[in-house]
Amino acid sequence: MSKVGERLYNGLIKENPTFVLTLGMCPTLAVTTKAVNGLGMGLTTAAVLAMSNLIISLLRKVIPGRVRIPAFIVIIASFVTVIQLLLQAYLPSLNDALGVYIPLIVVNCIILGRAESYAYLNPPVSSLFDGIGMGLGFTAALTCIGAVRELISAGTVFDINVLPESYVPIRIFGLAPGAFFVLAALTALQNYAKNKAKQRGRNVSVFMSGCSEDCMNCSETGCSKSFYDSEAGSRNQQ
Amino acid sequence: MSELLKVSSNPHIRSKVTTSQIMLAVIIALMPAAGYGIYNFGIRALAVILVTVASTVLTEFLYGLFRKRSTISDLSAVVTGLLLALNMPVGIPLWMPALGGVFAILVVKLLFGGLGQNFMNPALAARCFLLISFPAYMTDFSCDAYTGATPLAALKAGESVNAYDMVIGRTAGVIGETSMIAIVAGACILILLGVIDLRIPGSYIVSFALFVCIFGGHGFDPGYLSAQLAGGGLMLGAFFMATDYVTRPITAKGQYIYGIFLGILTGIFRIFGPGSEGVSYAIIIGNLIVPLIERVTKPTAFGMGGRRKYAK
Repeated sequence: MSKVGERLYNGLIKENPTFVLTLGMCPTLAVTTKAVNGLGMGLTTAAVLAMSNLIISLLRKVIPGRVRIPAFIVIIASFVTVIQLLLQAYLPSLNDALGVYIPLIVVNCIILGRAESYAYLNPPVSSLFDGIGMGLGFTAALTCIGAVRELISAGTVFDINVLPESYVPIRIFGLAPGAFFVLAALTALQNYAKNKAKQRGRNVSVFMSGCSEDCMNCSETGCSKSFYDSEAGSRNQQ
Repeated sequence: MSELLKVSSNPHIRSKVTTSQIMLAVIIALMPAAGYGIYNFGIRALAVILVTVASTVLTEFLYGLFRKRSTISDLSAVVTGLLLALNMPVGIPLWMPALGGVFAILVVKLLFGGLGQNFMNPALAARCFLLISFPAYMTDFSCDAYTGATPLAALKAGESVNAYDMVIGRTAGVIGETSMIAIVAGACILILLGVIDLRIPGSYIVSFALFVCIFGGHGFDPGYLSAQLAGGGLMLGAFFMATDYVTRPITAKGQYIYGIFLGILTGIFRIFGPGSEGVSYAIIIGNLIVPLIERVTKPTAFGMGGRRKYAK
């Protein structure tokens, strides 16, 4: 499998940010009341993630280790500002629906996490596709959660009626508890599917942060893919 | 060598009382309330009860098949179903209590590990689930026998209510909560059998009564106070739901704290809240702080703590 395909597969399935890494829970739980909100939030985050991964990877030799986190935040915040202005100009309805969660993309831990654990350590092309893969994985997850919640709480999917008029909507699925129910159910479902795949001899749940080793069973203590502070000269194994 | 000491791990003292016996006692104790509900609201109340119990028992049975471990015989699913049914208005579409039964057993109880592991009372969690999901259906108490608001809603609106009718149970409301007499009769059975004691219900009701006297705006008005005590789900909640073995504190001191907490919370919901009722939310929130209460009131083990008489 090529590096590009491997990164996309990794973000979408193997290390799906929502169902496997459970990162970025705040937008996941808050904005997925409708499928279209989930899709919009996912794509917005994906755009920021891909661009910030690319820029951070290009600048990885320039950014000193000690100030890398503030540097990442500046880069991410710039892209979030750009995206927010674009949304306000071209998609005001989505901007209103997502509200405060657009500026909060700056502190989304998926983006900072990928910058820290992948883009800062890897070349630009694979970092770009890591960002796209992770972003699409996030988008797919949010859209799924949003679609299920919208179906149960309103009888529609993408604002199209799919259930008969006589359907009585279960309102709790449009509220905060419903987000937890659906997230838990979908996570359980994908774990079930992965266990089935494992039984058939295909291991899809191994963590590999940028190398071919399984991080959970990796014996190397000074792994260069783990967090490395070159300025301080000390290795912090995470 | 014939008198070998038998060495085994604890527990060394076992009670002969089983879970299913306790559950059976609770089922019997709920019969007066259920019976009065059917008498009061008509045959449809029976249909609601049967559908709810069938749904909880069936869910437990199917999950037992799936996990190849049957827990159906401990009768807890019947108790959950019965309690949930007694919390339904009589005119509700029958699929709603059925859905609530599935939610209570599957999501609240079995997914957390089954009876004993649920951190929240399944019947009450399902009631709140239904109340949030279908507020229009869950608060529509009109039926053939009664139209209009429940006594508590009337009381909240400043109208006068007949406290005598409320004690007997001739009012609108959910199936099992209207008759204070029937509920207390059932509770007496449980107390005489030793299944529950008065610590939680007593401290709950007394603290609620004190709260109403202080903050209710009527001072010590016997009519208002008795209407608040007899109305709504207070009696059913205090005797049958707050005393649930799984979701109450174990320590005696903790049970008093728990009861007082529930009483204050119910008072806040009823008097300052937007709705007229708050027992189910109060008990659910109480369930959540039970681990904290137990941590605070954990008794000191023999030989531990206290002042040391001898130097180390």
